[in-house]
Amino acid sequence: MSLSQRKSFSVFPAIQFIIIIALTFVLSVNSFAQEATDDTTSVTSVIIAPPTNLLVEDFEYDDGEKLNLIWTPSIDDQPQVGKVTGYQVFRVTNDDVTTKIAELMPGANNFTDQELDKDSTYSYYVTAIANGAEASSVTTSPISPQREWVNFGLTNLFVIALIIGGAIFYFIEMGKRGKKLFVRKIAGLEAVDDAIGRATEMGRPILYIPGIHDMDDVQTLASLTILGRVAEQIADYDIKIRMPVARSLVMTAARETIKASYQAAGRPDAYSDDMVSYITDEQFGYVAAVDGIMVREKPATVFLLGAFFAESLILAETGNHVGAIQIAGTARPAQLPFFIAACDFTLIGEELFAASAYLSNEPKALGALKGQDVGKIIAAAAIIAGVLLETVIQLTDSESAATLLGYLRQAFTT
Amino acid sequence: MDHFGIWLAAFLTLGIYSFLYRDNAWYKLSESIFIGISAGYWVVILFWDNFYAKFWLQRQDDPMLWVGAALGFLMLLRLIPKIGWIARWPLAFIDGATAGLWGMNFLASNIMVQTKATIMPLMGPAFSGSIGDLLSNLVLVGGTFCGLIYFFFSKEHKGAFGNAARVGIWTIMITFGAMFGYTVMSRMSLLIGRIDFLFRDWLGLLK
Repeated sequence: MSLSQRKSFSVFPAIQFIIIIALTFVLSVNSFAQEATDDTTSVTSVIIAPPTNLLVEDFEYDDGEKLNLIWTPSIDDQPQVGKVTGYQVFRVTNDDVTTKIAELMPGANNFTDQELDKDSTYSYYVTAIANGAEASSVTTSPISPQREWVNFGLTNLFVIALIIGGAIFYFIEMGKRGKKLFVRKIAGLEAVDDAIGRATEMGRPILYIPGIHDMDDVQTLASLTILGRVAEQIADYDIKIRMPVARSLVMTAARETIKASYQAAGRPDAYSDDMVSYITDEQFGYVAAVDGIMVREKPATVFLLGAFFAESLILAETGNHVGAIQIAGTARPAQLPFFIAACDFTLIGEELFAASAYLSNEPKALGALKGQDVGKIIAAAAIIAGVLLETVIQLTDSESAATLLGYLRQAFTT
Repeated sequence: MDHFGIWLAAFLTLGIYSFLYRDNAWYKLSESIFIGISAGYWVVILFWDNFYAKFWLQRQDDPMLWVGAALGFLMLLRLIPKIGWIARWPLAFIDGATAGLWGMNFLASNIMVQTKATIMPLMGPAFSGSIGDLLSNLVLVGGTFCGLIYFFFSKEHKGAFGNAARVGIWTIMITFGAMFGYTVMSRMSLLIGRIDFLFRDWLGLLK
């Protein structure tokens, strides 16, 4: 064996030894670290502090169906270093049934329990949760939710409603006494007479679409009120009216409205229930039917007044396609652009609600319309005053302006 | 069975779209099927969701539900011509309740909340200060104020008042223009959904 051979023979086992020692060291350190981590986990999972100061109180101004819970979070619920991973809220009913009603994120310190029975009592406790550990607050005394008959939190709303209501009564009284009540011209409503006249000349029907909502939408109510005025003229001119509807209640109300108008016009014999027909509650099923009616009957005039949704453009485009003069109106901002694009006249929001009073020209109705203008004056005055006060506060840091602004904001808080 | 359903859905979808060409027998057939099935479907849904779930199951717990049921029964009296006029009472109740509830909601949301939201500073040291912010606040306050003037019916739109009303209607129209574009985009997604059905589920051209 040469020297060099002997050298390499003796060096190789030494390197092997060093590698084995190093690997053993690394593995043992890793294992130790793992144990240490496990130890840490077991330590944090055992001890956490519970939430404290749990308080349950009645939810103010409700129908006796809600309770408010508020508590101080666990002292182990700290941002970033906190051990608490969340909270669970438990409800105990008067027959000792315990139910978990909520799981909340760390940091939570309140919860509103809803859909309760005012004739039952409820106790609560809140549990802080960590990895494998939990700590509960004390259980609260039993409490029942209370029903409040008057919501005093809305006193300011009541006062403003009283002012506007008072203004409406005042103007109605003025109108009754013969004072001429001025209301500016509304182009869309000025066109109603022309539109009905056009149908008369052409000998084609009028199609009246009251939207797709039910009678619990004020836009549908406004539409039916306008229908009453329009139907009187239709009865006078002896034109055919066609009114497909998407709600059975609207059908009933529309029939009553048209019948009353025909009686008022002295033409009860000309009325027929067939003037109003129920199609379907399904939005696009209704649209398919109305589109079919439009292209088959080719109405001279189409009224689209009420609550409309995605169907607005389809209906207005088809009406435009068959060459009808179209008067549309809705209070839904998302649909108004389509009506403006595809119809001849459009009643924008408030104009729809004003239409009935405008068309009737009766002192009572006009008085109501002028009374509503008082509400707009209040809003405009509050905006000017509020913006001026806000700007003065920014420029001068005035405390009196801040106090006034506080009152103003409070008056318009609901 | 699944294939039959897909073919039927495709047949009816194309039948409804055929209206884009003109009114035709295919469209009339699709229209009638759609209306008939949906009307029947809604009768069933309304019965189980309203009469059964909201009244029948809870009739013991809430005595007020019987008032609603009684009003509903009165509506059915329309079917008896001699006493059909009684059906006007529940209708009057619905009209009155709707007008009252919506009146307060409109007052709260359209007057009070919007007025409060429009109160903002136009300048000052604590104001964030960029020209963009100032313009934004000016447009918001001025647009709302002029919009209110446009909807004021008791005065003729003439002179300075008329000019403010014109600014108001311009503001409204610009807003509508922006909304038009936004809504058209969302409607396009409806069309894309239907085309996706035809090309993916029916024809299998998309994977």
